[in-house]
Amino acid sequence: MTESARDGEYDEWLDSIESGEGYYLECPNGHGWLPPRQVCPRCHERDLSRVDLPDSGEIASHTTITVPTPQFEDDAPYVTAIVDFGPVSVTGLVRDVDPDEVAIDDVVGLDVGERVTTGERAVVFRPR
Amino acid sequence: MSDPRIAGAGVTHFGEHPERTGRDLFAEAGLEALSAAGIDPEDAEALYYGNFMGELAEHQGHQGPLMAEAIGLDVPATRVEAACASAGAAIREAVKTIRNGEAEVVVVGGAERMTNIGTAAATDALAIAADDLYEVRAGMTFPGAYALMARSYFAQYGGSREDLAHIAVKNHEHALVNEHAQIQKEITVEDALEAPTIADPLGLYDSCPITDGAAAAVLTTEAYAAEHDLDAPVAITGTGQGGDNLALQDRPHLAQTPAADKAAEEAYDDAGVGPDDVDVAEVHDCFTIAEVFAIESLGFYERGEGIAAARDGETTRDGDLPVNLSGGLKAKGHPVGATGVAQLATVAWLLDGSHPRADAVPDGTVGVAHNAGGTVASTTVHVMEVQE
Repeated sequence: MTESARDGEYDEWLDSIESGEGYYLECPNGHGWLPPRQVCPRCHERDLSRVDLPDSGEIASHTTITVPTPQFEDDAPYVTAIVDFGPVSVTGLVRDVDPDEVAIDDVVGLDVGERVTTGERAVVFRPR
Repeated sequence: MSDPRIAGAGVTHFGEHPERTGRDLFAEAGLEALSAAGIDPEDAEALYYGNFMGELAEHQGHQGPLMAEAIGLDVPATRVEAACASAGAAIREAVKTIRNGEAEVVVVGGAERMTNIGTAAATDALAIAADDLYEVRAGMTFPGAYALMARSYFAQYGGSREDLAHIAVKNHEHALVNEHAQIQKEITVEDALEAPTIADPLGLYDSCPITDGAAAAVLTTEAYAAEHDLDAPVAITGTGQGGDNLALQDRPHLAQTPAADKAAEEAYDDAGVGPDDVDVAEVHDCFTIAEVFAIESLGFYERGEGIAAARDGETTRDGDLPVNLSGGLKAKGHPVGATGVAQLATVAWLLDGSHPRADAVPDGTVGVAHNAGGTVASTTVHVMEVQE
C-alpha cells in the first residue's frame, strides 16, 4: 500500500456523491448500510444491492465542535451532524448555515466538500 | 466453578504524570495490588492487561509481557483492547480463567499514559475508537459524539444542561476525599453551566479530564483464599459484555445504549441478582450524559428518568443509590485502559469498608461496575458481592 492509496469502496462512494449518483447498500430485508459492507449485520444477508440515496434527509442530531482533533484545527468551530436518509444515516459536516440555526429535523442534501485544515474530502450537508 | 475473590487491589494517583512511563505507572499499581493481596508472586499464573492508545502515546505495542515484567511476573500476559472498556474486558478474561479452573491466581490491570502527548494529540488518539471512515473524517471527536447523543436524549426524553451540571457537581463532591482522584475541587451548577463549551451542549465540566494512571487487582479462588488465610471478602459474582454497531449513524437509537443493557442483563443473570439488589455503583461517566445512559441501562431508572437522578439527590452519597462515590471518571480521572479495574477496586473497597466514601454504604453487600468503550459499542458490567 502506498501513501496515496485510495480507501476502496469508501472513496468510490464519495465519488458517487460528487457525481450526483450517491447510493447506499440495502439487504433484502430493507436494512441500509454504507460501503464497504459485505453482510448485513442485522440479518446476516449477504445479497446487498446498490440503491440510490434520497436527495435529502433530516438532521437527527448535531453539535458544534469547538475543541477539534488536529486534522480539523482550522475548521473549528464546525457543525457535525447525523442525518437520517431513511434506511441509512450519514455523518458529516453541516455547511452554508449559521451553527446557531441548525436544528433537529432540518432538511439537508448530501455533498462532498473539503476540510479547511487538510484539504481532504469530507461528507458535507447543505440546507435544502 | 469458583467466583473469583478480589484478594487485593492497587491504584496510582490519577492525574497528570507526563514524565512517568506506562510501565512505571503499572508497576506501582501492580506491586501495590500484590502486596495488598499478600500473595506470593510465584503463585500468579496469568496477567490480563487493558490498554488503548499505547502505540500512539508511547510507540509501544505488545504491552502484555512488558507489564508482566514490570511487576516481576513470568506468566502468560495478554493485552486486551476494547477502547475505554479495555480493562473491563480484561477483567472478564481473568474471571473466565479462574472460573474454568485454568488458574488459581490471576492479575488483572490496566494503564494509560495520555498527558505526555498534549490535548490535541490525545483528542485525536481517543477519536480512533470511533469509525474512522464515517465519523472521524466527519470531524467527530469523543465529546462531539456524546454531544450528539445528549442532544438526541434531550429531544426524545427531555432534560437540560442544568440536569447534567448536577451530575458533575455530585461527582466532584464525591471525589473530595479520594486521594487517587485527579480533581479534588468542589464546583457549583453555575460553574458547570458557565464553563467553556467543547461540543454543544457539552461543556468543560461535562467532560472527564485527560489522565495518566494505572490500576491492578489480584483475583483468586475461594479455596486458595481459604488455604492461605487471605482477607478477601468480596467476590466477582457476575460478568457481562455487550456490543453494538461501532458508528452512531448505524444504530436505531442515539439516546440509548443497548450494549450496556445486554451487559447488565448478562451480569445480573450470572450473579442471580437484579437492579433492586444493588447498593452502590461505579459507572462510566466519561461525559455527564454517559452517567445517565449507564444508570438507565443498569435498570436503576426507566428511559428518560435517569437524567434527574443527581438533581433529585438519589445518586448522591446520601441518596438511596450512590453512584460514582470515587468521583467517577469525571473527577477521579480516566486513564482509559485502567478505568475498568479502578472501578472494580473502588467497588471492592466500598463493600469491604476501606474506601473513604464507604460510610455512604455502611451495609452495602452488592455493587456493580459499568465500563463503556467508545460510544458504548463495547460495554462490560461486573457484579461484586460480599461473601459470608
